[in-house]
Amino acid sequence: MAPLIITLLLLGAWEAYARLGDIDAFILPAPTQIAEALWRDRGLLADNLLVTGQEVVLGLLIALAAGLAIAVALHMWAPVRRAFYPLLVSTQAMPIVTIAPLLAAWFGFGILPKLIIVALVCFFPIVVTTLDGLATIDPDQIKLLRTLGAGRLQRLRWLEAPAALPAALSGAKIAVAVGGIAAVFAEYAGSEEGLGHLLLQSIPQLETARAWAAVLVLTALALACFFLLSLAERRLAPWAHRRKDSVA
Amino acid sequence: MATRLEAPATPRQTQRADQREVRCDGVTRRFGAVTALESVTLHAAPDEVVAVVGPSGSGKSTLLELVCGLQEPDAGSVSAGRAVLMPQRDGLLPWLSALDNAALPLRIAGADRRSARERAAAMLEELGLAGFERARTWELSGGMRQRVAVARTLLAGAPVLCLDEPFGALDAITRAELQSWLAAVLVREPRTVLLVTHDVEEAALLGHRIVVLSPRPGRVVAEVAVEAPAGPRKPTDPAVVAARAAALEALSAAMEGAR
Repeated sequence: MAPLIITLLLLGAWEAYARLGDIDAFILPAPTQIAEALWRDRGLLADNLLVTGQEVVLGLLIALAAGLAIAVALHMWAPVRRAFYPLLVSTQAMPIVTIAPLLAAWFGFGILPKLIIVALVCFFPIVVTTLDGLATIDPDQIKLLRTLGAGRLQRLRWLEAPAALPAALSGAKIAVAVGGIAAVFAEYAGSEEGLGHLLLQSIPQLETARAWAAVLVLTALALACFFLLSLAERRLAPWAHRRKDSVA
Repeated sequence: MATRLEAPATPRQTQRADQREVRCDGVTRRFGAVTALESVTLHAAPDEVVAVVGPSGSGKSTLLELVCGLQEPDAGSVSAGRAVLMPQRDGLLPWLSALDNAALPLRIAGADRRSARERAAAMLEELGLAGFERARTWELSGGMRQRVAVARTLLAGAPVLCLDEPFGALDAITRAELQSWLAAVLVREPRTVLLVTHDVEEAALLGHRIVVLSPRPGRVVAEVAVEAPAGPRKPTDPAVVAARAAALEALSAAMEGAR
């Protein structure tokens, strides 16, 4: 109840400030004007949501596959970990704003450069959380599997992969929050459609309310992905919510 | 491997006697400057249950890991048949059902899911766990979890079992219940067992022989035979009382000597 009241109060204050403060709508549209744009431009927003949603979801899936593979490789071979971990961190220090136009120049205005950027931004939290998940496995369970005669790959299958699954999904939840922003950046760098493209066009056209509506839709997309991942986590790794068990 | 799994009843008996015994001769194990075990000599005959008692830090768990081949001694020799470890906590995998946890050794040995489950179900039934096959590990009580862990350990088909404080985390009543349960299980499914415990009474209830280790570095300070027939014993059985007293005395003497 309290969060609802606070939100309504803030929206009310915003509405009053925008309406009574003699502010131009293209500087700061009132919430009701944004809601109006949301309804009026619903077709336009839906078409562009489909484009950006595809970029985010496919990009995240690529990031999951790559992130898991990289995490397992780093976990299994210490020399690989020492050699590549700094390189992985440096991929995250590279400003996406500078890479995005390069990728657009190389790969054109299609979906490929967007997928690369979304995956590039999203894979890192997945690698980090998965590696942590793999590292916190109970050493007793490793010993047990070894005395049962399990080789490296069998340990991966029976112990490490399932143990790291909840951590990997947590990483994906972090990733999906920034995945939408990455997709917008990628669209800024060169595209003909998508919510980022719509944003980029709306602002110089002084359609600020439409831009805000696009931001709202983008937020809803991130929330929906986050919710789906939480659901997947509960279905796929129910044990992760049981404190009693020894495995994290 | 697969053919051995097809015939559940016979393989253990057909194994050569030397694969069913444990021989540690003059075993020393160091970790850096710390000596965990020093010239430990310990033999277990086929199907003998040897209880190893000692204070914390006497290298009991290290001894089991040496027998299981998880560690190598720095001096002396360890020879044992294939040994499987049951770690202190049950080590059940929470993503598997009780049945699949018990079946895990069979799956690792290459059995397909169906036949592994069939054999595991038979074992669970034999151990009085029928009806719990589909339970998730977190739905099981501490005692039930240990029983499933014992079923898993037996299904590994190894002639030697290394049990590390198997009932240490249980309350007194459940522990007593599981002790007589395990004694009965070992009559039906005899194995060479090294049972590590800090509980002298548990050692006297389950062991054919009690080996007492000193505080760090662990040395064998006494061996006490328990003169009781196979099967569950009562804490009040004269043989148990006598063995318990003798082991306790050796243990306190060792503690005294360390001070």
